[in-house]
Amino acid sequence: MTGPAEERLTADVLVIGGGPAGAWAAWSAASHGARTVLADKGYLGTSGATAPGGTGFLYVEPDREKREKAVAERLKSGGFLSESPWIYRLMEQAYLNIQLVEKWGYRFPLDENGNLYKSHMQGPEYMELMRRVVRKAGVTILDQHPALELLVDEHGVGGARGVNRLTGGSWEVRANAVVIATGGCAFLSKGLGCNVQTGDGQLMASELGVEMSGMEFSRQYATTAAFSTITRNRVLGFASFYDGEGNLIHEGGPREDHFFAKHLAQGPVYAKLTHGNTPEKQAIIRASTPLWFVPFDRAGIDPFTQSFPIQMRYEGTIRGTGGIRLTGDYCQTSVQGLFAAGDAASREKTAGAKSGGGAYNASWAIASGTWSGKGAAEHALAQGKDASHRNVKPAGRHGLAHTADSTAPIPVREVVKAVQDEMFPLRINYFRSEPVLAGALERLDRQWPLVQGAVGPSATGRVQAREAAAMVANARWMYTAALIRKETRGMHTMAEYPELDDSMNRRLLLSGIERIAHRWESVPSGGQTVPPVTVKEGLTV
Amino acid sequence: MIELVSAERCIGCNLCVKVCPTNVFDKTEHEPVIARQSDCQTCFICEAYCPADALYVSPYADEQIAVDEAELAGNGVLGSWRATIGWGPGRTKLAALDKTPFIDRILPARTIRAAGVSDVRTPTTG
Ligand SMILES: Cc1cc2nc3c(=O)[nH]c(=O)nc-3n(C[C@H](O)[C@H](O)[C@H](O)COP(=O)(O)OP(=O)(O)OC[C@H]3O[C@@H](n4cnc5c(N)ncnc54)[C@H](O)[C@@H]3O)c2cc1C
Ligand code: SF4
Ligand code: SF4
Repeated sequence: MTGPAEERLTADVLVIGGGPAGAWAAWSAASHGARTVLADKGYLGTSGATAPGGTGFLYVEPDREKREKAVAERLKSGGFLSESPWIYRLMEQAYLNIQLVEKWGYRFPLDENGNLYKSHMQGPEYMELMRRVVRKAGVTILDQHPALELLVDEHGVGGARGVNRLTGGSWEVRANAVVIATGGCAFLSKGLGCNVQTGDGQLMASELGVEMSGMEFSRQYATTAAFSTITRNRVLGFASFYDGEGNLIHEGGPREDHFFAKHLAQGPVYAKLTHGNTPEKQAIIRASTPLWFVPFDRAGIDPFTQSFPIQMRYEGTIRGTGGIRLTGDYCQTSVQGLFAAGDAASREKTAGAKSGGGAYNASWAIASGTWSGKGAAEHALAQGKDASHRNVKPAGRHGLAHTADSTAPIPVREVVKAVQDEMFPLRINYFRSEPVLAGALERLDRQWPLVQGAVGPSATGRVQAREAAAMVANARWMYTAALIRKETRGMHTMAEYPELDDSMNRRLLLSGIERIAHRWESVPSGGQTVPPVTVKEGLTV
Repeated sequence: MIELVSAERCIGCNLCVKVCPTNVFDKTEHEPVIARQSDCQTCFICEAYCPADALYVSPYADEQIAVDEAELAGNGVLGSWRATIGWGPGRTKLAALDKTPFIDRILPARTIRAAGVSDVRTPTTG
């Protein structure tokens, strides 16, 4: 893909990814006066981890005591890798933006005291609304336009190139600022809405020399019915669990740590929603998480009265917290003009070492999107010339037609399977231990030369080859980081080092792709809380 | 996995082709075809967008199954997810019917673990 692209556009800001982070980034950039293009692999409104289901938010009223309590809790549970000014800032920005969502027309339900309940949104509606907001802000939306590689010159990033999946043609967008909002990486595990996130943005950023931070905080699984993809965990809070012989192993209520993994490692586990034991409760559970029930209704299983097998699906950095290292208050990276938001970025500043699922990540997508959009717009508008006049070159180096170093085609299916075989098993990735991880990393390293092979001309072939390269890279980063962090902290555990080690109260940064180097970064302490971004604009769509 | 595009119901709007996050469908002169079934992530979102209730996503993520359109139509399954989320004329949207605010109240008691698994409102999320 070195010849001219069929579709060519010039903008100030290019946002890559159309989940919540990308949507907020594009809205924010356009609202700050930047000509903005958003390119999504799928479709802004349906694609990504939020759209099909829904998310709970970190939504804390501007009450000092409540916020102080939330910050104190997180600093501890996040393994002391988060920063309180960033958590305060996150809370304030998410709070303000959720008021906008309401003004834009999202119908929040009432709680039992008759107050609007704003800490949860249904995904399809939230993201359909965000699409309208983004359009109204004047953003050009390119659906089914996965980005394959960034463009770069000596002044930093200058846009991206990719493929239009519906026509098979190539596209190129020149822009003086680029926001990567491509989500985390879950290795096509079929967790809800997770198969579009293959770590492409992390690979693209890394090819420009950007570091990854916190990739060891990727030990994240979600539990659901074995046949189902609806990985919204909260429903299982109503379940009792049984072993393969039907013996009760847990009677509902609080579960011990590692409950699912421990029992699933021994054999099949079955669940039944025994605590949804009245029609009233059943109605509430169904109406809060209706998609969870769709597969059951269709399979003819009543989960309140019949037991069903469960399994854990791997979610990698989606509900983990590792990703692209941020270097500035507006989600800058170490490369001029390159910004990152949402799950593609490291969320350690706010979530720390613990899973960002459950509240933090969804709010981070809102806030980091808004911050990066402002940062990107200001950077782009401060440049003397339009990116179309820059002599930028494609920066992709792996898994692309023009970077192939052999004529043997990339065996995409085999590579993906090989990566999944190392990343999914609880035995390797959940019960982490040195020799087992080291063995897995060695086998992953052997996949790397395979993704330097030739790539066929079809759109699907080009996208999937690049995804395969991105997944091998992300997998290797995760296990490399895990082996370096010889301790147990937050979501990262190591059998040989079961305790938190104070000497590692630091973030772990990785650089490079073929050869991976590391260094430690101390967590900034103190500092001012940056005021929230507010945008003057019409409040209805 | 996606199992059915009903030729009888489809109005050829190609919305499913456009919205599927994993690009499973191909446009044709008639109704779209399921061109890359193994790429389906079983997210049900195409069903929500289809204005003609012409799609069926089976609950089984990892295996292909045979489906009988007449039976699915007869049981009211076609279009049921779109109806639940309240899209289409004259329906109340799911957001307004969301019972999340009440789920804490009925959840079996759960202790907050020392590791701090709970943040603010953990029980309702995920
Ligand atoms: C089942 C589930 C439940 C969750 N529940 C909660 C919760 O209750 N609370 C909480 O805080 N968090 C929750 N999370 C996490 C939350 O969904 C994510 O943090 C959030 O969606 C992140 O937003 P994002 O925009 O960064 O990424 P995503 O929403 O994943 O979107 C990424 C986007 O990037 C696009 N993309 C990917 N690659 C490319 C490419 N190469 N070119 C162009 N576009 C690309 C994709 O198509 C997609 O649209 C949950 C996650 C899952 C899976
Ligand atoms: S969305 Fe429904 S009606 Fe439109 S093309 Fe697809 S199947 Fe046909
Ligand atoms: S269920 Fe999701 S992934 Fe499968 S065809 Fe429908 S929209 Fe595409």
